[in-house]
Amino acid sequence: MNNVLVEFKDISKSFPGVKALQNVQFNLKSGEVHALLGENGAGKSTLMKILSGVYVKDTGKTYIKGKEVDYKTPKEAQDLGIAIIHQELNLCKHLTVAENIYLAKEESTFGFISERKMNKMASEILASLNLDFKPDTLVGELSVSKQQMVEIAKALATNAEIIIMDEPTSALTDKEIEDLFSIIYKLKKEGKGIVYISHRLEELASIVDRVSVLRDGEYITTLDFAKTNLEEIIGYMVGREITNKYPRVETKVGEKILEVRHLSAGKAVKDVSFELYKGEIVAFAGLMGAGRTELVRAIFGADKKSAGAIYLKSQEVKIKSPRQAIDHGVFCVPEDRKKDGLCINMTVLENLTLPNLDKASKGDFIITNREKSFAEQMVGSLKIKTPTISQAVKNLSGGNQQKIVVGKWLLRDANVIIFDEPTRGIDVAAKVEIYNLMNELKKQGIGVMFVSSELPEVLGMSDRVLVMCNGRITANLITKETNQEEILHYATQYESKEVINR
Amino acid sequence: MSIETAKTLNKLNFKLNLSRKTKQFLSTFSGLVVLLVIFSMTNPNFGTTNNFLNVAVQTAPIVLIAIGQTYVLITGGIDLSIGSNIALSGVLAAMLMKANVPVPICILSGLISGCLVGAVNGSLVVYGKLPPFIVTLGTMTAVRGITLTITQGIPISGLPDSFNQIGTGSTFGIPNPIYIMLLCVIVFGVLLAKTKTGRYTYSLGSNFDAARLSGVNIQKSLIKVYMISGFVAAVAGLIMAARIISAPPTAGDGYELDAVAASVIGGASTMGGEGTIAGTLVGAFVIGVLRNGLNLTGVSPFIQKIVIGVVIIAAVFFDRIKRKD
Repeated sequence: MNNVLVEFKDISKSFPGVKALQNVQFNLKSGEVHALLGENGAGKSTLMKILSGVYVKDTGKTYIKGKEVDYKTPKEAQDLGIAIIHQELNLCKHLTVAENIYLAKEESTFGFISERKMNKMASEILASLNLDFKPDTLVGELSVSKQQMVEIAKALATNAEIIIMDEPTSALTDKEIEDLFSIIYKLKKEGKGIVYISHRLEELASIVDRVSVLRDGEYITTLDFAKTNLEEIIGYMVGREITNKYPRVETKVGEKILEVRHLSAGKAVKDVSFELYKGEIVAFAGLMGAGRTELVRAIFGADKKSAGAIYLKSQEVKIKSPRQAIDHGVFCVPEDRKKDGLCINMTVLENLTLPNLDKASKGDFIITNREKSFAEQMVGSLKIKTPTISQAVKNLSGGNQQKIVVGKWLLRDANVIIFDEPTRGIDVAAKVEIYNLMNELKKQGIGVMFVSSELPEVLGMSDRVLVMCNGRITANLITKETNQEEILHYATQYESKEVINR
Repeated sequence: MSIETAKTLNKLNFKLNLSRKTKQFLSTFSGLVVLLVIFSMTNPNFGTTNNFLNVAVQTAPIVLIAIGQTYVLITGGIDLSIGSNIALSGVLAAMLMKANVPVPICILSGLISGCLVGAVNGSLVVYGKLPPFIVTLGTMTAVRGITLTITQGIPISGLPDSFNQIGTGSTFGIPNPIYIMLLCVIVFGVLLAKTKTGRYTYSLGSNFDAARLSGVNIQKSLIKVYMISGFVAAVAGLIMAARIISAPPTAGDGYELDAVAASVIGGASTMGGEGTIAGTLVGAFVIGVLRNGLNLTGVSPFIQKIVIGVVIIAAVFFDRIKRKD
């Protein structure tokens, strides 16, 4: 038993009216990466919050290194050597790296905080992780991936032996993920136990030793990763088989619907030109920071354009605000649904009808019945799981929230719909539903722009791939004739001198 | 999440949720009722029709300015210029009256001045991208300065009787300010609950970026909200001038905070996205009844301040506790 770091036995946890966890088993050995998998709401977070002391379990037993313990606060969990790295980074952006690492455990001399001591200790930790930034850098100046490394450094500073990583790669590029994995590998060798939560099942193969699957708050199984495969794991997660992860449909490509010529915006988008035809899904691939989100935001009028023109059905249109884009039938499903897509405290109805109130009102007055029927129609056709349309959006799962962000555009006539990372952070089943929806739009002859960082879905769903690098389009590829390697080649083509073939 | 648990969770949330606004309103309202009962039992002079009308007239200006403040708070902002706006509209109307301008035009001018200050506030927030606190702190000071300058610090008194009727007269036995207050409550209550203007106001405070990306005209909506706040402050200013038959340049000093207090007791959130006019109406009356009741009971104004301060914090505190479960 001495190499088992954590042992959960029959853990149950209820919230008013809900059984979040029922008799869940879990164990973590030293020197292993243990993936905890399940669809949104399966109970992964609840279990990890119990491990990290945020929640207190109702029943069941917890053993840390073979000793039964009963702790009730994050502080106690920390003292037991448990650290959690949250999906949303919890760092103070205005403080330095060292100040963050030693927050609430500052080193002092004669009662005064000793920056020197903390910087020295922090730089030792950073060096051990092969990180190249200085401990006195402000955290706000670091990229998201480096901030994540600071979180890891922070965990190491507490001498944590049990490290929980919640979706650590969701904001990272492939290169950064590699760096992260090499650090995880190092931690593993030092005998730390790592609980790894991720929706990106493809990446598990590189690091994971064992997987445990939860479904609907119940423990399903634990498998040796070497003895299983993704299909089997997904089967356990959803409790049924998903026959086709990427349900591509074939349509006839129609006339040109959108043309973007020499568009520049800020520093992130440089002289971009492309065309979009009716009934095609064009993927925008590239690394983090390639300028894809900035490009679509500029097209949608969310950010300023510095040069260039946009033609819809061969007519030049001026789009200076999202309102103007919407009036031209150009819609955008933004990358960050909580930040840009939803009024999270407002209801399903209010969110679905927010851009459509012009169609549901007389003068300034909202016609309640018409508004309701709009919302009900959308909830029905998108199968949004909500008890009523007056439910606050924050109470829905990620997948259903995403359907609302999409659904608010489907009540209007569209020319172009932009999906910016539409499947980020939602479960497998909901992903397929979003894909089906994109197909539906494609069949209706709408031009679909599909920004995605996940190459499998780019290759699985799109008809063409435009690859971006450093603000420019570096390639225009037919999806069926390309592959990951080629896309990555163009995604890293920083000094492109060749003529782009279009 | 399993469909079963999701359903239970949703049902549960739905129960709390559907009635959240109503529930909050009811709890504030029951607080008001408790106050009314306590004061009626402890003081024979409190529970009279006369006193009730008196409380209503005294509270009317707070209700009015709190309506505006509620709109601004819902967008996630704050309007500190309300008090100065009260004085400006009163003084401006009074000066025009002294210059023998017809009373309706004087009143209109007062109202327009309020809207203009609101438009300036809104424009600076929207186009200048400045925090509402700073903008309205600036206009609060500047507008007070304008009012003091044009009056040279001296109250304008001796106003025509037709104007004073607004504040001192009665119709069917009920003082006129009460009618004006109710009219504004209904108009702005409906505007907030039933129109695009209202819905956009909530969306701005709930998520500014999402509202913009959903095509809400954020500039127009925000400026409108600050103009509403300026307008009702001007209405309050005119009623106050008419009641005391004089327009002092120092009128309304500190009233903006009463407006915040009434809104917050009534369920508005300083973080934006929440608040109703019905709640604010009750919130304003909680303050009004407390002051009146404590006065009649002979509690010193100094102690009254302590009591009201505690009530503000307690109201929000209990709301927070209720929300946790």
